[in-house]
Amino acid sequence: MAHADATGSGEAPRAGEAARQVLNDTGIRRALMRIAHEIVERNEEPEALYLVAIPNGGVPLARMLAANLHEVADVGVAVGVLDTTLYRDDLNHRGERPPLRHTEMPSAVDDRVVVLVDDVVKTGRTIRAAMDALMDFGRPRAVQVVGLVDRGHRELPIKLDYVGKNVPTHPKESVRLRGSGGGLDAPLEVVLLGGGTAGEAR
Amino acid sequence: MARVLIRGGRLLDPSTGRDEPGDLLAHDGAIEAVGQGLDARGAEVVDAEGAWIAPGFVDLHTHLREPGQEYKEDIASGGRSAVAGGFTAVACMANTQPVNDDPAMTDFILDRAAHDSPARVYPVAAATRGQQGEVMTEMSALVAAGAVAFSDDGRTIMDAGVMRRVLQYSTLVHVPVISHCEDRHLVGAGVVNEGPISTRLGLPGNPAIAETLHVIRDIELASLTGAHLHVAHVSTADAVDAIRHARERGVSVTAEVTPHHLTLTDEEALGYDTSTKVAPPLRSAADRQACRAGLADGTLDAIATDHAPHAQHEKDQEFTLAPPGMIGFETAAAAVLDLVRQDELTPLELVRRLSTNPARILRRPGGSLGIGEPADVTVLDPDRRWIYDPAKGWSKSRNSPWAGRELQGRVVATLVGGRLVYHVDRGVLVP
Amino acid sequence: MIGSDLLGIEHLERSDIERILDTADHMREIGEREVKKVPTLRGRTVVNLFFEASTRTRASFEIAGKRLSADVVNFSPQGSSMGKSESILDTARTLDAMDPDAVVVRHSTAGVPKRIADVLAAPVINAGDGAHEHPTQALLDMYTVRQQKGRIDGLTVTIVGDIVHSRVARSNIQGFLKMGAEVRVAAPPPMIPAAVETLGVKAFTVLREALDGADVVMALRIQNERLMGSYFPSVREYSATFGIDRAKLHYAKDDAIVMHPGPVNRGVELSHDLTDDRPSVILDQVRNGVAIRMAVLYLFAGRPRSGPDDGGKL
Repeated sequence: MAHADATGSGEAPRAGEAARQVLNDTGIRRALMRIAHEIVERNEEPEALYLVAIPNGGVPLARMLAANLHEVADVGVAVGVLDTTLYRDDLNHRGERPPLRHTEMPSAVDDRVVVLVDDVVKTGRTIRAAMDALMDFGRPRAVQVVGLVDRGHRELPIKLDYVGKNVPTHPKESVRLRGSGGGLDAPLEVVLLGGGTAGEAR
Repeated sequence: MARVLIRGGRLLDPSTGRDEPGDLLAHDGAIEAVGQGLDARGAEVVDAEGAWIAPGFVDLHTHLREPGQEYKEDIASGGRSAVAGGFTAVACMANTQPVNDDPAMTDFILDRAAHDSPARVYPVAAATRGQQGEVMTEMSALVAAGAVAFSDDGRTIMDAGVMRRVLQYSTLVHVPVISHCEDRHLVGAGVVNEGPISTRLGLPGNPAIAETLHVIRDIELASLTGAHLHVAHVSTADAVDAIRHARERGVSVTAEVTPHHLTLTDEEALGYDTSTKVAPPLRSAADRQACRAGLADGTLDAIATDHAPHAQHEKDQEFTLAPPGMIGFETAAAAVLDLVRQDELTPLELVRRLSTNPARILRRPGGSLGIGEPADVTVLDPDRRWIYDPAKGWSKSRNSPWAGRELQGRVVATLVGGRLVYHVDRGVLVP
Repeated sequence: MIGSDLLGIEHLERSDIERILDTADHMREIGEREVKKVPTLRGRTVVNLFFEASTRTRASFEIAGKRLSADVVNFSPQGSSMGKSESILDTARTLDAMDPDAVVVRHSTAGVPKRIADVLAAPVINAGDGAHEHPTQALLDMYTVRQQKGRIDGLTVTIVGDIVHSRVARSNIQGFLKMGAEVRVAAPPPMIPAAVETLGVKAFTVLREALDGADVVMALRIQNERLMGSYFPSVREYSATFGIDRAKLHYAKDDAIVMHPGPVNRGVELSHDLTDDRPSVILDQVRNGVAIRMAVLYLFAGRPRSGPDDGGKL
């Protein structure tokens, strides 16, 4: 049974591919707690923070991060969800039109420090698309980026401000967050798959 | 004139019931000999192996568009297309521009035909002046000029009083009145058969009763007046029934049916292809079946193409605006052979409906392979397969629903008055 | 899988319809933002080829295209081929040579979008052809019902009006049936199409019976020209027998909604109070129209033409 996939395409990993776990549930939680501390350290005004998750994988991560920030800095941070599909730079080069995902931005973006949250960052194109989308919502004071896994191979000059784990990979391999379809307490893990399926995190 | 020997075919002569292998020899415009192993005697030989040798087909109902719409067709091109389809004689309808309602016009048509058409042309004159449905035409003068029948085809005479007088008067000249039976008001804006197909297509429907009502009306008027009524292009089951009952009562009515009404249904219109738009429209499968049964049992006497050429730009219009009609000379044989293939008619009986009966209805010679008869002969290969490309046909127009389809059955040679006017390998040879 | 043109609901499977409705959900959210624009169809050209006048549908497509950042061009050639120098197919071929990314076609005669699609390489979206189909209207109607009722399966939808001349009726009949609803039509007898049961609906000439237990009541626009004499005797009589007002609505379910494709002939198809207030959802229909058309443009426009693997399918 395929898990709801966390990467940009929503495709399930192929059956039979050898999956190597690179980050288990405990590792993920520890990383997110560390990142919460780093965010507080870097941002003097935690009230201005606005976590914006890039679906699907970014959503549970952003929620967990919000809970952590509440614990660490006693502040209630707004969480939004921003689908970047309509801002992709490859839409008109594909035969398939990818399915759209949920967008819900409960807070205004103006003058906030927006922290984009994504599960796996590779080429940087998703983050670029997210920034374009964000600009259509308003004018943030600043934009910072959380990537749970940085696997390198940037194609655009995008840097991550907060990284859970650096995972060196071959470009054709694929890295997935699994378990994001479960509830808030469902165990998550990050796996590395050999061979590379089409349309994974960019 | 040179002799022409048609050799090695299947002789089919409905006038005598002959159906056997043999040859046919034509000389000086007439049939000189018919039988097995005829001596060529220096004749031009036409190989008819695997083919039928039949009396030339006679088309009771065609539109040659001259004068007035020569961009669609003229008597020359129409005549060429006719012989390419095995039709040695065609009756052309009067809805030209101007209408053929005057002896001078009838004269013009005959003159043109004599010079330009390889097929014989019999003009059908209008029944009313300008086909307006009000004042009848000078029938005596028109018959004297060469008209073989009267018809307002294209239109219907809506006034029953006028129709009665037209039928009455026609008994003076002993020629048929051909009626296009369609109540204009019931048709309304209808462009496809009214039914599930018109509902699906969202196009206005033309109900079967529009035809049936007028068939019944005209039959009763024919009965009253004693005239010879000929019902054009029958398309509905109810019309076939009405004609059958009329025959049983002894009313002088004959009827024709087109190759498309015998083989296609309203489903053809599902892609909005205007080459399927025709008047009367293609009907339901049940109507088609009734027409086939009617042709088989003799209720419908003849097959007539209603060859109706229209230019590409006219047919390219919206379905509601495109003029109705399809060309039909060159596809007729292949289409109607389906009745033989489905064992609904024997070859002899099919030929009777293509040749002998139409000639009889028009009171013209033809439909016989008797010695001394005019040598109008059609050689038809019933099995030959070919792809129909109207662009390669002889008509000026290309509006046919069979365009691009594979057909089975093709005319290989046509003789008119003893001259070989068409051969499938050489094209139209005369004039 | 959806094909490359949207010519009618008749060519869509249930899964295609659901996909369009789900996509519209996301598109609707864009209309709620301050900057109501996404760059998805930037650099793409959408041509509105409207042979039949229409302010609302054309404006709706135009707004939809612009929200997706497409360049929208309006072509309004003379109504029909009659008396024109250029035929419809020639207009289409000329347009084809300009390489548009989608062409939205409306015409007063059924079948024209299909004929144009045969000639054009670009995807064709039918914005209404004669009495045949108006797929985006039916899609926004289904979307509105789903929005109001949470589902379409098992609902009873009653469509009232000039069914025989209505493309909105034909498209909605097919759409709602595919989505699992029971569909009824109600009209004076001359306005019920021949063999309408073959479409899968039940036909009524008594309004009360058609409304009995209905969840959705959809009134269609009556065109005055048709009424006079030939299809129905007078506006007054139509309104009395088939017009919907609160009293007649009592035959439907208590929570029934009232719909109309617009513009409404007030007092004829719908009473004044039903046009403006709940349970009428007419304005929701209009709002949803933009979202649906954005979804349609997203799914059909600007896809690369015949790549080696995709064959023009979504």
